[in-house]
Amino acid sequence: MTKARTNASASPAVGRNIVINGAMNVAQRATSVTGIGASATFATVDRWEINTSNTAGRLTMSQTADGPNGISANCIKLDCTTADASIAANEFTQCRTMFEGQNLQRIGKGVAGAQQVTVSFYVKASAIFTFGCELFDKDNNRQITKLFATTTDWVRHEITFPADVDDGSSPFADDNAESLRLIFWLHAGSNFTGGTLNTAAFNNRTDANRAVGISSFYSNTANNFFLTGVQMEVGPVATEFEQEQISTTLSKCQRYYQKQIATGSAFERFGNGFANTTGNFNTIIPMQVPMRATPAIETTGTVGNYGVYHANAVTAATGIAIDGNADGNGKQVGLNIADSNSGFTVGRSGMFIANNTVAAFIALSAEL
Amino acid sequence: MDRSMTITNAKYNTSSLTNENCSINCVANGQTVSVPLDPDNTYYAEILRQVADGTITIEDAD
Repeated sequence: MTKARTNASASPAVGRNIVINGAMNVAQRATSVTGIGASATFATVDRWEINTSNTAGRLTMSQTADGPNGISANCIKLDCTTADASIAANEFTQCRTMFEGQNLQRIGKGVAGAQQVTVSFYVKASAIFTFGCELFDKDNNRQITKLFATTTDWVRHEITFPADVDDGSSPFADDNAESLRLIFWLHAGSNFTGGTLNTAAFNNRTDANRAVGISSFYSNTANNFFLTGVQMEVGPVATEFEQEQISTTLSKCQRYYQKQIATGSAFERFGNGFANTTGNFNTIIPMQVPMRATPAIETTGTVGNYGVYHANAVTAATGIAIDGNADGNGKQVGLNIADSNSGFTVGRSGMFIANNTVAAFIALSAEL
Repeated sequence: MDRSMTITNAKYNTSSLTNENCSINCVANGQTVSVPLDPDNTYYAEILRQVADGTITIEDAD
């Protein structure tokens, strides 16, 4: 006889992991990026952002095939490439992922019946460090941080955070906006370490209490940090890491970011369209899955990497911009492709393509 | 303490149908991007915040 799960609706056998891409298997942007540290960036592994401020430290972020056996083949690797031993008060570096409020309603946060949340993850490093794992409630500016230690071998940490039942005024909004951040604190100055760690219960944000007692990832260029198998689930128990088909993970990631790249062809086709004037070509980029919000369009920054194939010739683009007339919320994004030399023929159809370079890409971004 | 984002070269684009402003092209943290006028988009939300702060201005469309 199998005992029924008392929290079956909140933490189902399948889909209990609220973290997307916790196995670090999807990396649409790149597999390795150097020199991270000057500004926040989603650089490699989908849904995982390096958020940073005011530090001279720099790191390389990689999706690395060095995960713990039986959990994931992949992990995030952070490699310190520039040390920062002089830590100013306002410095910090975080590795974090964010969640929509509508995906958090099972937690019941801030109201009667609120649930505990358990975060589990596999971590190792080049040495013994103490870092912080924080749940930050963006909707209500409340947080709690627990410390954990690394070793040079993979270790699974299981951290249960208490339910946040305050005066009923801090639920997560039931919408597509960012409500919660799961933050790994790796480096921080006294503005974030100078108080008393807020570790027993959710409290209103006091920055000085958020990262007290952590080591600095930037203390030495020999420092590495590895992370994978991240799971966040309702309840006081860390269940085994939930495995997922790559197609499922990719689709979940594409709600926030999707990228068409030209690596298969220097003349990769991105979308069909027509010229409405001699200087403008209208095209649409179909979404692979509906996105969280109307996406922005990211390009290489070299407009000549793109062109319009029409009448058996390619006209190089001189501008690319979102056209607000297409449906940008669920099906496609409309673009205007400009040619300042008026090389289009009004009414003629064509294709928006890579202009003889495998460097070209079109990325749709609706990140939190 | 949200993410740090440096935005430069912000300029409106107009719709080919209505000729009204419909997006903003800019460089955000070194990434060239065309941003929809949707407050749910984090690029646009950040542009609105920096315009309100007086950090950036947005050039009119051609």
